[in-house]
Amino acid sequence: MLKLRVIPCLDVKNGRVVKGVNFVELRDAGDPVEQAALYDAAGADELTFLDITASHENRDTILDVVSRTAERIFLPLTVGGGVRTTDDMRRLLLAGADKCAMNSAAVSRPDLINEAAQKFGSQCVVVGVDARQTTDGKWEVYTHGGRTPTGRDVIDWCREVAERGAGEILLTSMDRDGTRSGFDLSLLKAATQAVRLPIVASGGVGELKHFVEGAEAGATGLLAASVFHFGQFTVSQVKTALAKAGLPVRPNPSPFQAKSRT
Amino acid sequence: MTQSLSIAVVDYEGGNLASAARAAARAAELSGIAATVSITNSPADVRAADRIILPGQGAFADCARGLESIPGLKDAILTATRSGTPFLGICVGMQLMAERGLEHGTTEGFGWIAGEIAPMDAPGLRMPQMGWNELNFSHPHPLTEGLGAAPHGYFVHSYALRNTKPETLIATTDYGGPVPAIVCNGNVAGTQFHVEKSQTVGLQILANFLAWTPETLCDV
Repeated sequence: MLKLRVIPCLDVKNGRVVKGVNFVELRDAGDPVEQAALYDAAGADELTFLDITASHENRDTILDVVSRTAERIFLPLTVGGGVRTTDDMRRLLLAGADKCAMNSAAVSRPDLINEAAQKFGSQCVVVGVDARQTTDGKWEVYTHGGRTPTGRDVIDWCREVAERGAGEILLTSMDRDGTRSGFDLSLLKAATQAVRLPIVASGGVGELKHFVEGAEAGATGLLAASVFHFGQFTVSQVKTALAKAGLPVRPNPSPFQAKSRT
Repeated sequence: MTQSLSIAVVDYEGGNLASAARAAARAAELSGIAATVSITNSPADVRAADRIILPGQGAFADCARGLESIPGLKDAILTATRSGTPFLGICVGMQLMAERGLEHGTTEGFGWIAGEIAPMDAPGLRMPQMGWNELNFSHPHPLTEGLGAAPHGYFVHSYALRNTKPETLIATTDYGGPVPAIVCNGNVAGTQFHVEKSQTVGLQILANFLAWTPETLCDV
């Protein structure tokens, strides 16, 4: 049986982790690679880096972070933030990203989704959809970190990105993001019923039960940032809570066993 | 002095080559095997390699075309594997080992593994299958030794092998029914999941692949 994915997300700016607790075991808590290695060991099922580097000159810092991460950990890595062209994607994929999340660029030029899927395969094309509720049962797509309304309906847009060849949708509730009041469950239900693509839920987690609710609403990936960074929960606590609710989670893999060549 | 094991990761613009190469290098390091990993599209390198790894992402037809667009590359893989070089296909690299693929029209594969690559049905489940799924073993095999209890692999695919021979199936996974996860015919093997992204489970399989001395040749 396919397992739910618990996905810690790291906000990275100019190659450094933006927020986070200073875990004692880390030599450099600001280094995303060190944080990633910690989540890898802690049983994370995937990792996401969100690059929030503002200045164009420092855009390449994420490539170094991705490349150093891919050298150390063998876990699927999604990178989002500032992905505007298929060339941006190519650079990230070559550095070691497995999936690239595009958001604003896909809204302003939806053909980018088709081109990316054609060039690299749907499996690495994630479309980030930032949603704000307008009325009951309706949400509008926002871009630029939730600042710019687009007039697009979220559910229509989810259907469109699926048709254009995306492999996954990263669905963030801008209403819930940072509130710790739980995922927007009616949004998740509406989106997971509208498309067959896997949907990663994001925005609003503050308690263990929120992960359970997100999974029950149909998300197959559960993304969270601050609850992990600030040490509120460990990945393993999340998995235990999911398992207790009867939901499928991956046990930690056995350690590598060296075997001499025969 | 120990001879270094040469591993060719075949570059035909079809896959996440760097990850596969890094994982192979890491698997060698963890198991104390001296190895040289190269990402190459040179037929001569492929013929000379001790191990061949064929990654693959995207559509079957595109990957098959990519492989054939490099003169001599497919022949080099066929020559090397016929002479006994162990081969590992990953994801679409594994799918290419089948007789044919049905994604974007019908395309010939290597034909080492009976069956074709067809869309998965999996009613009521998300498509693509994306994430960690448990491996259920049909046969014991040197490639799957030491994986521990309930090993999982990281899968991303919406097409899968069907109508294959039971004896080629080493492991399946359950996604709306059994889905081939590891296949093998003599010295050629493949994994539908991404060994290079499956943490210690993937590294263990890669290490087993590097240490593997196949007892038989592929019978096709």
